[in-house]
Amino acid sequence: MTEWFMMASWSPYIVGAGIGILIWLAFLLSDRPLGCSTAYAKTAGMVESAISRKKSEMMPYYQKFTPTIDWQWMLIIGVLIGAFLSAYLSGTFTLLIVPPVFAAEFGTDPIFRSIVALLGGMVMGIGARWAGGCTSGHGISGTLQLSLASWVASICFFAGGILTAGLIFGFSFI
Amino acid sequence: MRGGLMVLEQIRTDNRVQIVFGLLTGIVFGFLLQKGGVTDYGVIIGQLLLTDFTVVKVMLSAVLIGMIGIYSMKSAGLVRLHCRVGSVGATVIGGLIFGAGFAILGYCPGTAAGAVGSGALDAAIGMVGIALGAGIFARLYPRLNRSVLNYGTFPADTIPELVGIREGIIVIVVAILIAGFLYMLTVLGF
Repeated sequence: MTEWFMMASWSPYIVGAGIGILIWLAFLLSDRPLGCSTAYAKTAGMVESAISRKKSEMMPYYQKFTPTIDWQWMLIIGVLIGAFLSAYLSGTFTLLIVPPVFAAEFGTDPIFRSIVALLGGMVMGIGARWAGGCTSGHGISGTLQLSLASWVASICFFAGGILTAGLIFGFSFI
Repeated sequence: MRGGLMVLEQIRTDNRVQIVFGLLTGIVFGFLLQKGGVTDYGVIIGQLLLTDFTVVKVMLSAVLIGMIGIYSMKSAGLVRLHCRVGSVGATVIGGLIFGAGFAILGYCPGTAAGAVGSGALDAAIGMVGIALGAGIFARLYPRLNRSVLNYGTFPADTIPELVGIREGIIVIVVAILIAGFLYMLTVLGF
């Protein structure tokens, strides 16, 4: 058993099945789908609220997604801890700023990678809230409920992603 | 059965219990994502370049197992669905914007947190970016909600509603399609 936790990686099918079962529990015990991007909207709301409480309470979006610490917000904290446990137990925890695949294409300048990550994150944050979910909320939790919006969103996530990655790194299939 | 459902309802509405459940769910989710390799920038970019299908394998296995369980529990009256109606203006445009950000950052909102846990500090900057983006969207929301977000609202919430065929049959068909697609990937050597 402990050996299993110390393995560097598991079969993607086993991992996927595990996530599927985790979503059963989220529906059963918490009456929620498993989505990650709401927590970021709540965090933005907390910052707005810290600057001006009155103004943030007036914003319609934060009336819809209240800037409070709840299940959604703790989920992201948990993901960070869980991934750390997995990496630590398997001895694969490594601090890095520039991932090797990025470095091979654009060099090892940490400032350049940081700017790209910040901009990419901003675009993604806008898109996630625009579409009403991300790769977990729409891509897994929504599609498994056979939600029409989630299937369309997931196809668009990959269409936009494949196109953009191809423009950045060159299309592998051409 | 009835008493069981009442206990369930108590658990679901107890905010303090739910904060703990959120944390525990996240820990298991993060552990699985890291073990699956999908917290790695190279694996995600590999998926978008169509050279590494780990992300799709994880996602589709989760959908296959998740769908069967959720629909079984739904027919037993234990869970309810949480589907929202989409639109061309929200779902398609937002989805394409998300995809572009996905390729530029190389993580998604969940795997970014997992990547930070694995030691990738660029993902931490990405997380700040995602929160900034969500904040920008919140500022734009009243204007967008009056215009583009409600453009071309979809005719149904779910695929069974759209095609007008019983849920159980659609679940079986989708399960077969997913299993077939996963099998095809291995045959093709991915």
